[in-house]
Amino acid sequence: MRPFTYERATDAQSAVRAAVETPGARFIAGGTNLLDLMKLEIEQPQHLIDVGRLPMAGIESLADGGLRIGGAATNTAVASDPAVRARFPVLSEAIVAGGSPQLRNKASVAGNLMQRTRCAYFYDTAKPCNKRAPGSGCGALEGLNRNAAIFGASHACVATHPSDMAVALAALDARIETLTPSGESRSFTILDLHRLPGETPQIETHLIAGELITAVVLPPPPPGGQVYRKVRDRASYAGGLASVAVAGGQVALGMVAHKPWRAAEAEGALASGASPAEAIARELDGASTLGRNDFKVPLVARLVAAAIGEANGRGA
Amino acid sequence: MQTTITVNGQARALDIDPRTTLLDALREHLRLTGSKKGCDHGQCGACTVLVNGVRINSCLSLAVMHDGDQVTTIEGVGTPEALHPVQTAFLTQDAYQCGYCTPGQICSTLGLLRELEAGVPSQETPAGARPVLSDAEIRERMSGNICRCSAYPQIVAAIRDAAGSMA
Ligand SMILES: Cc1cc2nc3c(=O)[nH]c(=O)nc-3n(C[C@H](O)[C@H](O)[C@H](O)COP(=O)(O)OP(=O)(O)OC[C@H]3O[C@@H](n4cnc5c(N)ncnc54)[C@H](O)[C@@H]3O)c2cc1C
Ligand code: SF4
Ligand code: FES
Ligand code: FES
Repeated sequence: MRPFTYERATDAQSAVRAAVETPGARFIAGGTNLLDLMKLEIEQPQHLIDVGRLPMAGIESLADGGLRIGGAATNTAVASDPAVRARFPVLSEAIVAGGSPQLRNKASVAGNLMQRTRCAYFYDTAKPCNKRAPGSGCGALEGLNRNAAIFGASHACVATHPSDMAVALAALDARIETLTPSGESRSFTILDLHRLPGETPQIETHLIAGELITAVVLPPPPPGGQVYRKVRDRASYAGGLASVAVAGGQVALGMVAHKPWRAAEAEGALASGASPAEAIARELDGASTLGRNDFKVPLVARLVAAAIGEANGRGA
Repeated sequence: MQTTITVNGQARALDIDPRTTLLDALREHLRLTGSKKGCDHGQCGACTVLVNGVRINSCLSLAVMHDGDQVTTIEGVGTPEALHPVQTAFLTQDAYQCGYCTPGQICSTLGLLRELEAGVPSQETPAGARPVLSDAEIRERMSGNICRCSAYPQIVAAIRDAAGSMA
């Protein structure tokens, strides 16, 4: 690990101020992703601002039937929250499909959204990777790309976003609330948080440098059943190969793109009366594969059709 | 950097490099070598300790992030003369071979039992239901603790026993 200085933020305003005023500063919450990458010197912050104890860990019900979840709430707290389990079960299910209890106890909502890819070439500092070392090439493009994206990839990067939680949030039309470095709050849909890789895969989100995620806001749940399903190499404690979150007629896919992938084509088809299998086939018309990840197309087809069926059963 | 952590009930003042993980602070600075380093990357659970009663991987946390926290390591769970029921159950069920993962398994079990009592769901918990201590729940909730000797069936049996004797 490279040397760094550390401070514990006492309020959100001073945290964002410190983030822009201190060279090489980064927020740290649970540390379960950032420290992992710092040990490998893939991340090399010069200063850490600990936002893990900021008073933004609460979960409150909103008058419209929605929910505001603080950015520092732990993954366990969100998955266990009675309102989440009762009204947004897909979110609870997605969270408990990720990592281990120890990791979920530590991981925060904001840190989970901001976690970086698990692409093996990104992790192996001896290999080329445009995300880790811009301009060095993409090792995965013609290499071990079994877990590569099938939607929205570029020749510069074919990595996927590994979060389970974010897939459920995308299906639920969550909004992200932030505090900008100039001290203003803003909010935008989660679909505008992460970027597709394009030519600059090292730039992963639309956040401004030093912008702090303060909360995630869920609108009232859409009518219909909710389900999260994830396919992986082990039954537990393994990153996903593909996942799906269904909330009524809203469908998002995980581990198939550089961001949680809202299946708009499939949703459109469902709304106009297509069967689940026909609907996901429509979405997959837009998929492209690299060889070793070809299997994701039939996998996603079956997974999504089954999950929509299950959600319909639960909603009935 | 100065930080004070209460470890097994005793306030310990440390002056450490901010890079020091909680695991290294416990092992290298406080000489509490019960917590083990298997992977140092959150992948094995050998470093599991309880922070304010909650289990975490101490390898993926900085010691300075725990200023003011209460940390329990295996050294604080029981003594050879007065074993904790979970320790007794691991002995009785022969729930280890080499023993390297065992401190993490036992701390993790303590965390699991508290989480179960608090109603924390897992992917084995039916939608909306309160979790119960089934073997499937134990296996799922202990998946963050790898045992290279593969003592898994005995670990499940030990946890079932311990939960019974503590109830
Ligand atoms: C072995 C292992 C297995 C895992 N398996 C899974 C899995 O199956 N599914 C899954 O979804 N995840 C998995 N994870 C990842 C885990 O979910 C993330 O590490 C965790 O959610 C990150 O949260 P954190 O609070 O620890 O983030 P940190 O590590 O503290 O931070 C991560 C990033 O978020 C930024 N950040 C933190 N807080 C804020 C904020 N408030 N505003 C803006 N930026 C912020 C940090 O600067 C950093 O860039 C796994 C991790 C490990 C180690
Ligand atoms: S897919 Fe992206 S993260 Fe993986 S090697 Fe290529 S550029 Fe790096
Ligand atoms: S040493 Fe911490 S999880 Fe392996
Ligand atoms: S007893 Fe040897 S690793 Fe578990």
